[in-house]
Amino acid sequence: MIARAGLRGRDGAFWFLFILPALAVYAAFMAAPVIDSLRMSFFSGSGYAVDNFVGFDNYVKLFTDPETSTRFLKAFTNNWEFFGITMLVQNTFGLAFALILSAKGFKGKGFFRTIIFVPVTLSVLVTGYIWKLILNPQWGELNILLTKAGLGSLALPWLGDTRFALPAITLVSAWQWVGLPTMMFLAGLERIPEELFEAAQIDGAGGWLTFSKIKLPLLLPVIGIVTVLTFVGNFNAFDVVYAMEGANGPPAYATDLMGTFFYRTGIAGQHPVGIPDMGLGAAVAAVTFAVLFAGVLLANRLMNKDEAERGPAMDGGRA
Amino acid sequence: MSGVSKIHDRSKPFKYLLLSLWSLLVLFPLWTMLVNSFKFKNDIYLDPFGLPVKINFAGYQTVFQNSPFPRYFLNSLGVTIASLALILFLGSLAAYGCVRWRSRFSKWVYLFFVAGLTVPIKIGSIDLLRIMISLGLLNRTASVVPVYVAMGMPIAVFTLYEFIKGIPAELTEAALIDGAGPFKIYWSIIVRLIRPALATVAIFNLVPIWNDLWFPLIFIRDDSQRTLILGVTRLFGEYQTDWSKILAVLSLSCLPVIAIYLGMAKQFIAGLTAGAVKG
Repeated sequence: MIARAGLRGRDGAFWFLFILPALAVYAAFMAAPVIDSLRMSFFSGSGYAVDNFVGFDNYVKLFTDPETSTRFLKAFTNNWEFFGITMLVQNTFGLAFALILSAKGFKGKGFFRTIIFVPVTLSVLVTGYIWKLILNPQWGELNILLTKAGLGSLALPWLGDTRFALPAITLVSAWQWVGLPTMMFLAGLERIPEELFEAAQIDGAGGWLTFSKIKLPLLLPVIGIVTVLTFVGNFNAFDVVYAMEGANGPPAYATDLMGTFFYRTGIAGQHPVGIPDMGLGAAVAAVTFAVLFAGVLLANRLMNKDEAERGPAMDGGRA
Repeated sequence: MSGVSKIHDRSKPFKYLLLSLWSLLVLFPLWTMLVNSFKFKNDIYLDPFGLPVKINFAGYQTVFQNSPFPRYFLNSLGVTIASLALILFLGSLAAYGCVRWRSRFSKWVYLFFVAGLTVPIKIGSIDLLRIMISLGLLNRTASVVPVYVAMGMPIAVFTLYEFIKGIPAELTEAALIDGAGPFKIYWSIIVRLIRPALATVAIFNLVPIWNDLWFPLIFIRDDSQRTLILGVTRLFGEYQTDWSKILAVLSLSCLPVIAIYLGMAKQFIAGLTAGAVKG
């Protein structure tokens, strides 16, 4: 307070100069492009000159044109499957790891924590390539192992089969990111006051009761944050599909996600033509944005209902 | 304490088993990448699991002697250092300004920055592409830098604002009496005091910037301008069967980040988890 009073000779315009450079870069290269991309979804044009106002035509095309809407719907539903499997596998494993590691006096905690987190630091492209090699039918180690174990009939071309390609990619993604929910749940568990466990112990509560009556309810806000982050991350995913299958989401669009669909429509151009339709691409981005916004809003509402005093999602992320 | 651990005793072997199996699963792909990068092609086909029978350095040799990858590596290094330096400098200046400038507007400016935490910048890709064309930056390595700096601002301002706000006024008061100006105070006192927060911001931004594929992919076509990760995408087209080279490049591309990570795992985990907000 004293320092501020001492600096009162400086007016707002002066302090604004400190903020201005950051504000300019942020506004020009993040805020404006995001808003302008939404505006562009109402325009069309050839190549990079998107200046012909077309109203809702891009959206109409996206939802009703037979070819476009089929691709869009496929990418959209694939993305939900991607999200569902991720929640089930990645975040359940993350919770399990955190529960184990948070036990008081658990030996090797630092070691396992470091190992579990390693993939988070790697490039998605690189891990995608490595797993593609492990899964490849030529000398892929997975199928060698399966054959050796007498399960030769299970040695399938995992990434080339429409039934298994998307789950395989989702599991690779879960392998990579499981460290994040693990650490967030771990931080959440370590914040729970020790007295609660002691009290539960005196009351004779076992492991399951302690989990379901103390840990789980107190972790609900963290579960909410992890869900939101997974949701936003999954609906922006691109690299893992690009690395393991390519931008067309093969086989037969089984691995096409919103990210790859957006890339093809708005940036690279659809397969035979190769000319991007930027207006349509902007519409895809706008729909993605709307889905994310609705999801985050819904999660926030549920979380606030649950624990009124908690702030928006970003608060707990610092955990 | 002894009671708590007694309850868990029976399940302990299973816990260690689960964690050990997972650790193997984490290390296995890295092992595959590393050992096979030193093998001859036929040996890879014969036994992809074990250590090399005959060591083959050819993969690494071609990478260093006759390939664009050293260039890509330097491009990525330049991009990462420039982006981080700008994020830390501009972000801390802005956070300092937001804390000191007491008005309704500063609150709004702060909220405007923080709003970016929940918005994925990819949404703006198409417009960014047009901006790069009009700035003449398309196909230039430098094109990604302003985007990364903009992307880093929300978390930088958010983290540093809290930290600067917590600095006791007495610390800057003394300097003020000595006649130091606000910029001098920022540079010689604030920056020193917020070093731990600057480290968190740096770590959080380091990994996604070094590993980014998206923006180099959509901005850069020119061969010599590629970043390392964008360069890696070329591997499968051109060296379809040269596995030792492919694996050598993959190994080298994750080496820097893994090395830094193992050196300071604790800070990395804290920094990346804190920043996970941004997805």
